Amino acid sequence: MSLPDAAQAAVEQFHQAGGWEQRARLLMQWAERLPPMAQADKVEANRVAGCESTVWLMAQPVGERLHFTAASEARLIRGLLALLLIRIDGLSPGELDQLDLPAWFEQLGLGRQLSPSRSNGLNAVLKRMRQLAAP
Amino acid sequence: MYLPSPWRGDFPAIAALQGQHQTYLDSAATTQKPQALVDTLTHYYTHGAANVHRAQHLPGALATQAFEATREKVGQWLNAPAAEQIIFTAGATSALNLLAYGLAAQFQAGDEIVISALEHHANLLPWQQLALRQGLNLRVLPIDSAGVIDLDAAARIIGPRTRLLAVSQLSNVLGTWQPLPALLQLARAQGALTVVDGAQGVVHGRHDVQQLGCDFYVFSSHKLYGPDGVGVLYGRPDALARLHPWQFGGEMVATADFTGASFRPAPLGFEAGTPPIAGVIGLGATLDYLSSLDARAVGQHEAMLHAHLLRGLRDREGVRLIGTPTCALASFVVDGVHHADLAHLLTDQGMAVRAGQHCAMPLFQQLGLAGAIRVSLALYNDSDDLGRFFDALDKALELLR
Repeated sequence: MSLPDAAQAAVEQFHQAGGWEQRARLLMQWAERLPPMAQADKVEANRVAGCESTVWLMAQPVGERLHFTAASEARLIRGLLALLLIRIDGLSPGELDQLDLPAWFEQLGLGRQLSPSRSNGLNAVLKRMRQLAAP
Repeated sequence: MYLPSPWRGDFPAIAALQGQHQTYLDSAATTQKPQALVDTLTHYYTHGAANVHRAQHLPGALATQAFEATREKVGQWLNAPAAEQIIFTAGATSALNLLAYGLAAQFQAGDEIVISALEHHANLLPWQQLALRQGLNLRVLPIDSAGVIDLDAAARIIGPRTRLLAVSQLSNVLGTWQPLPALLQLARAQGALTVVDGAQGVVHGRHDVQQLGCDFYVFSSHKLYGPDGVGVLYGRPDALARLHPWQFGGEMVATADFTGASFRPAPLGFEAGTPPIAGVIGLGATLDYLSSLDARAVGQHEAMLHAHLLRGLRDREGVRLIGTPTCALASFVVDGVHHADLAHLLTDQGMAVRAGQHCAMPLFQQLGLAGAIRVSLALYNDSDDLGRFFDALDKALELLR
């Protein structure tokens, strides 16, 4: 499966990043690109449980597909969410179900963000995303 | 000023962690272990494991002897009058649950249990759930801005309906010693039982349970440089006599038939099933090791490191300490920076610190904070550890601001 253009660009960027500092700077840049979520949508029903910082995630059907929006209070998490959303942008629920999202973060050199002891909640976000996408 | 730890080399994991570029500053969560403990565990497992209190054979006798020797050592460590007053549990949480279930018969609907606003979940939820089961009122002692239980408020709240007071000795979030003598006095004057959660306190200095005068004292081995899976419950004889068995089976039984059973008194009556034998024996080795150290030198080292930590945090702009820590640890937030972002970048730089709410969600609700970073120290830390931490903190803040 070929990567969406924005995702391909992110891979190249992160491969060039030399160390933790550059990766952190990139994450913060990506955080700025996360489309904002309406304040009215930041409600308990959209909150992802199990995150150290509050994360909201919602899915709206657009034709056959799902359009996800996400938000967080923490900047670096917003960066991770932005990278997640560009990877799944435009996928059908079936394609999303097939997608290996941990591998995507591995590809970016951010696999450690998914380790079970991490309390950033990225794992919880992925789990919630699967639930929202389930038919 | 360079503050070396003369005991650092006794803890092999510290060098191993450093080899992985990790600086361990999370000892309030769990501690690294001395070589003496590792050697004892290896010896036990390579020379013959056996169950305790059951077998007449030699390995069983040796295991029982070593197991019971640890009970003596724990008793001495706390200055308990007798080893029989020391019960081994699976951990501090387990010991507090044993109390909340085993003392259930002491309460009637409408009675009050008093805790404080700074309790760890382990010393809050067992009591909260007991109160919900039996229609009791859980009263919460407020804390002042320094992070110390407010004694004036305590004098108003602890009253004739108070049946039990359960408080921490040293806060795991605020690093503040609590005014136990005054609090215990207030509870005793009402004839209430007293429980001290010593999970953090026991690690710093020696504490005399007779002098404290509490009915029960609880701590966990793994925070005191011992193995995990072992907790300790000390009780005064008259308080232990009011405690009912909670878990059943194994050698806690005196007699049993199909219709009924009778149970042994403390300590064995509260140690159902096979206890954590190796862990208990290992705790004994840890206590031997700790007893061999110059306690004054350890205390001085910890105090100087703690002062160094506080100075470094206070020197940095925008860093806000939570409360006024006096021992072992400090929790802080930084104005305009989310603690999760800071935790992320500290982790990236190999700083093993804790971020979040530290198992004290209600306390954080009261403080109006989403979370904090906690740096906690142990006797093996040195000023280089703190130097690396402050460098990492500066770099993280530079990036985030």
